[in-house]
Amino acid sequence: MTAPAAPALDIPGLETVYDALATAIDTAGPDKAELFLVKLALLNANALADPALTQQHIQAALQNL
Amino acid sequence: MHQPVGTPRPSIYYDYRVHAPWLPSAHGAQPRHPVVIAGAGPAGMVTALELARHGVPSVLLNSELQVSQGSRAIVFTRRSMEILQQVGVADRMTASGLPWRFGNSIYQGQTVFRMEAPHDADDRFFPMLNLQQQYLEEYLLDACAASPLIELRWGNKVVGVQQQADHARLTVDTPEGEYALEAGWLVAADGGRSDIRTMLGLKLEGASYEGFFVIADIRIDLPLPTERLAFFDPVWNPGNTILMHREPHGIWRVDYQLPPGEKPEDALRPESLKARIDAQLEMIGFGGTPWEMDWSSVYSARTLTLPDYVSGRVIFTGDAAHLLPIFGVRGANTAFQDAQSLGWHLAFVLKGLAGERLLANHSAERVGAAREIIDEAGKSTRFMTPPTRGFRVLRDAVLSLSRTQAFVRPLYHWRTSRPHEYTHSVLNSPGDDNALFTAGPAHGAPPRNIRLGVGDYLLDHLGGGFDLLYFTDAAAMPQPLQDVIAQVRAQGVPLRVTAIGAPAPVQGADQTLADADGHLRQRYGIGASGGAYLLRPDQHVCARWLTLDATRLQAAFRQALPQ
Repeated sequence: MTAPAAPALDIPGLETVYDALATAIDTAGPDKAELFLVKLALLNANALADPALTQQHIQAALQNL
Repeated sequence: MHQPVGTPRPSIYYDYRVHAPWLPSAHGAQPRHPVVIAGAGPAGMVTALELARHGVPSVLLNSELQVSQGSRAIVFTRRSMEILQQVGVADRMTASGLPWRFGNSIYQGQTVFRMEAPHDADDRFFPMLNLQQQYLEEYLLDACAASPLIELRWGNKVVGVQQQADHARLTVDTPEGEYALEAGWLVAADGGRSDIRTMLGLKLEGASYEGFFVIADIRIDLPLPTERLAFFDPVWNPGNTILMHREPHGIWRVDYQLPPGEKPEDALRPESLKARIDAQLEMIGFGGTPWEMDWSSVYSARTLTLPDYVSGRVIFTGDAAHLLPIFGVRGANTAFQDAQSLGWHLAFVLKGLAGERLLANHSAERVGAAREIIDEAGKSTRFMTPPTRGFRVLRDAVLSLSRTQAFVRPLYHWRTSRPHEYTHSVLNSPGDDNALFTAGPAHGAPPRNIRLGVGDYLLDHLGGGFDLLYFTDAAAMPQPLQDVIAQVRAQGVPLRVTAIGAPAPVQGADQTLADADGHLRQRYGIGASGGAYLLRPDQHVCARWLTLDATRLQAAFRQALPQ
């Protein structure tokens, strides 16, 4: 699995998401971080509306854990 | 010595009648019976009634002396009612049951999903009807008693089965001891814990889910409509699911999931039941409302089936053949479809109208149905009782999102039991016009009911054999078709011909439905005269034509009745 050829986020955009995710994981707290991340994944998958692409993302995220 | 309970079972709303056991000493030597049915629950009794409709006698063995303990199956689907109509008990069911069509999934006090089961103006029966299983069994027993072809033996339990080439040799235990009984075919309708399945060493295939549910029936006056209530992750039972259903006679069914690790026997202690039911009533705003316990039991979710329902001279049906999750009302509702299918398949083999291959078809169709149900029910079960940490996290994420995000809410819908369509049945006619239709029930589907007038529906007029629906505005059926119909009947095949679309009785048809407004033709996708549907004795479509001719009608019967 390789990263998408053309990044959809520019560097400032990626950095913004990076900070927002980190802050949100801290806000959720250790007990709820997993629940929060799964909710987020479902929201993103629904917005993508592309089960195959979501499947690719799942496989990419499973690598090198 | 078999000693069934001889005193009426306890119940606060149902008067159990204890029947006298059938004792071998009071009867002469036993001939070989063409069919013996072990188990007089819904599956066994509907099988006996269907066989009797086709003229086949059966001996129906009931190991008990009274109907089932507790309400057990309480929700009956529209298709079940259509099948029960065929065996003559639908009116009594309708008169005493509670119809409904809405289901509510509730999370943190909010109804996050509302299921609305469609109710078409053409349907005689509601999508769902709630009634305790004792009443269903009582009505079926009365229907069996009214049939001269059904011999019911109370207190008779099959304790031994020996397979022979052309029959099964049974050992039947009674309150005065055992006797031998020979059956051309043994129908094993002896329930989920089938002793016969165990005796034959047959293994169910599939999955069992962790976790137990308690079922409790309580009498309580709650001012709530007859709708399904499902509470997810309630405050008093975190992470688990609670279900509530209204039953007739002032009874409510409360189902609740047990926390992991809790033993069923602990959960059924009166103080445990009371604490949890009180907590549930408190949560829904009826804390302190007086209630009385009727019956309680424990179940777990399983998705298991035998890979073949015919084993030598033994045919498994209902829960003896498969164990399906209670979510989605799949137990008795599947059993009715099994029994309706088995009735005609077995009758036609016994009457020599088809070869034993027809029984292989019954097994293939019903195993296919069970596997489809298992696949669908598995999804619901994985939501209701998540089998792993991953499934639990996803379920919890969906619950949490459902408060504000509509797109996840349909995941609450647990795919209620629906009739299986035998789309790929070998009985379907390959040379017909099935693929050319743009409307109407397709190959293998049950027929769509049609309202013909006040209290008058299409399915009221069908059943008991093959049904040919012939759409015409002519005065007579074409002679070549009449010739084929006469040939088929001469072979002993029961066939009713219904002409549809003519204002006056059509010559050559057994009955004529005027269909003055063309509604039936429209829903069956028929644009012009000469189209037709052929329904099997279980009413499922096996052929349909835009223009029927004698050759293709003949071919359809050859296909549907393999020798």
